[in-house]
Amino acid sequence: MPQFDLVTALILIVAVMGGGLGLVAYLTLGERKVSAWIQDRVGPNRVGPFGLLQPLADGGKFFLKEEVIPAHVDRIFYVLAPAVGVITALLALAVVPVGGATPPPDPAPTVAAFDQAQADYRSKLNLVIAPGIDVGVLYVFALGSLAVYGVILAGWSANNKYSLLGAMRSSAQIISYEIPLGMAVLGVFLIVGSLNLERIAAWQETHTWWLVFFQPLAALLFMISAYAEGSRLPFDLPEAEQELVGGFHTEYSSMKLGLLLMTEFIHLITAGFMMSILFLGGWSLFGLENVSADPTVTAVLKAGILLTKMFLYCVFALIVRWTIPRFRFDQLMNLAWKVMIPLGLANVVCVVVALQFGAPLWVLTAASAGLFLVAGCIAVRAAGSITNPKRAVRKLPPGMPVGVTYAGR
Amino acid sequence: MPLTETDVRWVEAPKLGFWDQLYLPAMVDGLKTTLGHMFSKKITEQYPEQEPTLPPNYRGVHRLNRDEAGRVKCVACYMCATACPAHCIDIVAAPAPTEWKDREKYPETFVIDELRCIYCGMCEEACPVDAIELTTLYDLTGASREQMVFDKEKLLSVFDQTTKAGTDPVRSRAGKLGAASEPPPQ
Repeated sequence: MPQFDLVTALILIVAVMGGGLGLVAYLTLGERKVSAWIQDRVGPNRVGPFGLLQPLADGGKFFLKEEVIPAHVDRIFYVLAPAVGVITALLALAVVPVGGATPPPDPAPTVAAFDQAQADYRSKLNLVIAPGIDVGVLYVFALGSLAVYGVILAGWSANNKYSLLGAMRSSAQIISYEIPLGMAVLGVFLIVGSLNLERIAAWQETHTWWLVFFQPLAALLFMISAYAEGSRLPFDLPEAEQELVGGFHTEYSSMKLGLLLMTEFIHLITAGFMMSILFLGGWSLFGLENVSADPTVTAVLKAGILLTKMFLYCVFALIVRWTIPRFRFDQLMNLAWKVMIPLGLANVVCVVVALQFGAPLWVLTAASAGLFLVAGCIAVRAAGSITNPKRAVRKLPPGMPVGVTYAGR
Repeated sequence: MPLTETDVRWVEAPKLGFWDQLYLPAMVDGLKTTLGHMFSKKITEQYPEQEPTLPPNYRGVHRLNRDEAGRVKCVACYMCATACPAHCIDIVAAPAPTEWKDREKYPETFVIDELRCIYCGMCEEACPVDAIELTTLYDLTGASREQMVFDKEKLLSVFDQTTKAGTDPVRSRAGKLGAASEPPPQ
């Protein structure tokens, strides 16, 4: 367990919280802008230059709106739910490196060597709030699954059928997609040999090639599951404005609604960080991050690279949102249980076999492509019955014998 | 005619091939479309700065047309008020001044409640002398309900305003009464 500096941690907490919430605010603007551009519109452009002050106006509006707590709600859980949602979402950012970080030192055989390693470790810059957490990814996943509590508490305490429907969908969805999410990163852990996020990023830095090149299928599964975990479209069934009003946040108003809406974007940011660190090489960019000998410049470069990757992931999620329509609930479940979990399992088996026989990592790329194509073949053979089961179609109106004509309406 | 079984055509969903079943190519196709739209020309009209160009048959605020002599063309026949589905036109007829040789009656008052009006244009259709027309004025505001009740002078001033601005030229039989206007019996 490496020691770390409390002052640095506090500064980082302020920076990550402020930066994260600022990014959340601007992602809301980004979402509106991107949707407008995709729909050939201009988007919000009246508040400030190019509408850049729009998030401030939105936030101010949330604070100034009347706070309505309906009489029929369970007050304790109703008030608790947004807090649970935001807190669990924000806590996940604690172990995520937001810039360059050094992997913690391994246990040393002697006290002197240990002290030496610790002093060496402390002298390096670590842009992580809680550095050296060896369960890193597990911690993020644990908090990610806690997020469902915010949604369920909100949906159930609101005592409203739409809220409850949204919450039920959310619980089923998040629990189902946890499994492919975990399967997708299992391969990464096996290759790197650590759950520590700093180590995983450092592994990719030393190997130059990112893990997405060795685990493309896992990266795809991870991205899809991360969308589902964060209730992003095409998996936004918990909200589903068109059918459930607002889903679990139907009964919320004012800043409580704001918090619930923020939660979604915080999850998106966390997913962006996780995707960048686990699969997209973290702060490495094929050696470009080390062009400068100056440690300050290097730190800035690394943070810039990582944040750019995270930001691009978020923008991609925004574009995907306006590209792919929402899944039906049975399709959503079929996708998780019949497509993604088997694929994830097969991928893990491939990694285990390859590592056991000491095959080069590029074999895994071929294996991923092979698995993907085999899945395609199976899908063709099943003719869509996996994700879209056929119901028997009665070719005659019920109770009408063959040959009998019936009047047109 | 009763629908027979042979008239019913059952349509099956097309079978998806290997390429479609991989799903990702379709996603990439979709992303190409959305990205293409992201950088295409925007169709938004920035309204207050950029005024819309309206078609000439746009149905906005009414006006009462004037004839060549500058008199109101209306002959107070009540056909517009009768045709109006919203009952927003209120006319009080009076005998035309004796020097107006071409008509028997004229409207003493002619009031349209612009708030009740549904802008269907049926008054314009009904008018036998083309006295009432709908203009392309659309940005109509008022501080009270009373302000939105337009009387004859106001409706005539809309005519002056729109013809002077050239936005709405008189559409039919400029300046002349229609065939339906009978001169008073001698």
